[in-house]
Amino acid sequence: MRARHLTLPLLSALTLLLAACGSQPPAPEQNPAGVESRTPSGVKVETPAVKPVTPGPAIDPYSIAALKDPKSPLSKRSIYFDYDSYVVKGEFQSLLTAHSRFLAANPKMKMLIQGNADERGSREYNLALGQKRADAVRKALALLGAKEEQVEAVSLGEEKPACTEATEECWAKNRRGDMLYSGEF
Amino acid sequence: MRFRRLIPACAALAFSFAAQAQLTVEITGAGANRLPVAIADFTGERIVAQALTSVVRADLERSGLFSLIDAGSPLADSTTPPFEDLKARGADAVVGGSVTGMEQGRYETRVRLSDVQKQAVLGNPAFLHTGAQLRATAHRIADYVYEKLTGEPGVFSTRIAYVVKSTGRYELKIADADGSNDQAALASREPIISPTWSPDGAKLAYVSFEAKKPVVYVHDLASGRRHVAANFKGSNSAPAWSPDGKQLAVVLTKDGSSQLYLVNADGSGVTRIATSSGIDTEPRWSPDGQHIYFTSDRGGSPQIYRIATTGGNVERVTFEGNYNVTPRLSPDGKSLAFIARNGGRFQLALMDLATKQTMILTDSAKDESPSFAPNGRMILYATEIGGRGVLAAVSSDGRVKQKLSVQAADVREPAWGPLVR
Repeated sequence: MRARHLTLPLLSALTLLLAACGSQPPAPEQNPAGVESRTPSGVKVETPAVKPVTPGPAIDPYSIAALKDPKSPLSKRSIYFDYDSYVVKGEFQSLLTAHSRFLAANPKMKMLIQGNADERGSREYNLALGQKRADAVRKALALLGAKEEQVEAVSLGEEKPACTEATEECWAKNRRGDMLYSGEF
Repeated sequence: MRFRRLIPACAALAFSFAAQAQLTVEITGAGANRLPVAIADFTGERIVAQALTSVVRADLERSGLFSLIDAGSPLADSTTPPFEDLKARGADAVVGGSVTGMEQGRYETRVRLSDVQKQAVLGNPAFLHTGAQLRATAHRIADYVYEKLTGEPGVFSTRIAYVVKSTGRYELKIADADGSNDQAALASREPIISPTWSPDGAKLAYVSFEAKKPVVYVHDLASGRRHVAANFKGSNSAPAWSPDGKQLAVVLTKDGSSQLYLVNADGSGVTRIATSSGIDTEPRWSPDGQHIYFTSDRGGSPQIYRIATTGGNVERVTFEGNYNVTPRLSPDGKSLAFIARNGGRFQLALMDLATKQTMILTDSAKDESPSFAPNGRMILYATEIGGRGVLAAVSSDGRVKQKLSVQAADVREPAWGPLVR
């Protein structure tokens, strides 16, 4: 699903880039630039002006493309929690800062935070625990500048484990909050 | 239903070949003092009679309250049973019957239940049915025998709901209490949890994640129509029906963490019931409608509490241990089933609410989602055996045990439906 969402914008961006390279003739319905079809005998020759554009960085760090750039912190989407805990650990501050800046820079972007829990215990209680985790991520993002209406915190409880073995290593991977952006949920 | 167009002989054959996806029931423990009862072969239409008696026998045996005695020979409802012979065989009660074919593929089955010691007739009901209704008729006969002999209603005609998870697929299933006639009410690629029956047995409320978040639906089983009962910002979960079927208690996170609300079954009129700074979830009404029991971590660890439906003080119900969740009231409101964590094991426990005395009913480690049979005799729950999700049932005295499993799939989230009137 994720890959499909990615390919379309990428393809259209590529097409635009290719078109901009200018080796193609102008499209037929457009008037050729700078040439006037006048009938008078005296033809005035003009050189069309070319204004150069200063190139920016390859990818804007808070552009939508950065979400998929493996070099950008924005490509990282998971916050991990301790057992029976919903405290966001210090090691995730920089990641949350990057995402809150992205949300501030892209006010039309929406985020769904899905909280998760390991499999031990009641499904409904784990759903509530996952909600607490998603909510902790939401609050951290809000403190760092994301707008309330941009972010929704929900829980998947123990229903969507990233890892399915009954080991502590596996359970640790399942105690997490995932950040999804518009088009990914 | 499925066999409506089949001729009766086919129907009788068809149900002896259980579909692979069907729940199979295995009895793993029985009651101490089982009542010896003989279910004689019924006379008349042979194939129909055989189908009926085999289901009646299986029902009574599965309950764990009866031991089946061989009657020796077929017995019609109109014949006086050979009481001396039955007494010698050790039977306390005997059931005879006859099946008569009628026009348009219908049958009349007449049954006679007799007390062997007193040599007296306890009752002789008659059932009109089609070939497609053999199992349903047999369950009715078993319910009749059960109620006459134990004094409490039988639950063989009730239905259960549960969720089957196979690779990438979740199905909300409805089956007869013996696991047969399973039908999918909903199939989804996303999880389905917390199904619960409306008091009239016509609807199920459940939580489905098909919208990438938990949303509460109310689903009318006969029409297949459903509506959203709660879809607010955040998560919506843990539906519980009020005893009158008009309202649902639900858990919403629209105002912060998981909190208890009431909503009309059609999704209108949301009001908050209780307030805590932590987690409140898993609400359940007491059968008299006076209280709502729920799980909360307001005291630091998850414990069971209750609040009057009219509001007021919250009372703590469980005190032993540091993880007691998923409260379920017995139909008479006198006891509370829940899941307790004991040294890393999650086990089904039963508390007598008057004395607060608590008994652990199982020796398994991953018990979840208990659900009382509507006569209160058995508790159905989910557990794990060999890494696979199965359903199990245990009697409220802990003696009778059953295992219900489906081949090559996980079964979870059982909910026992109400009595069929």
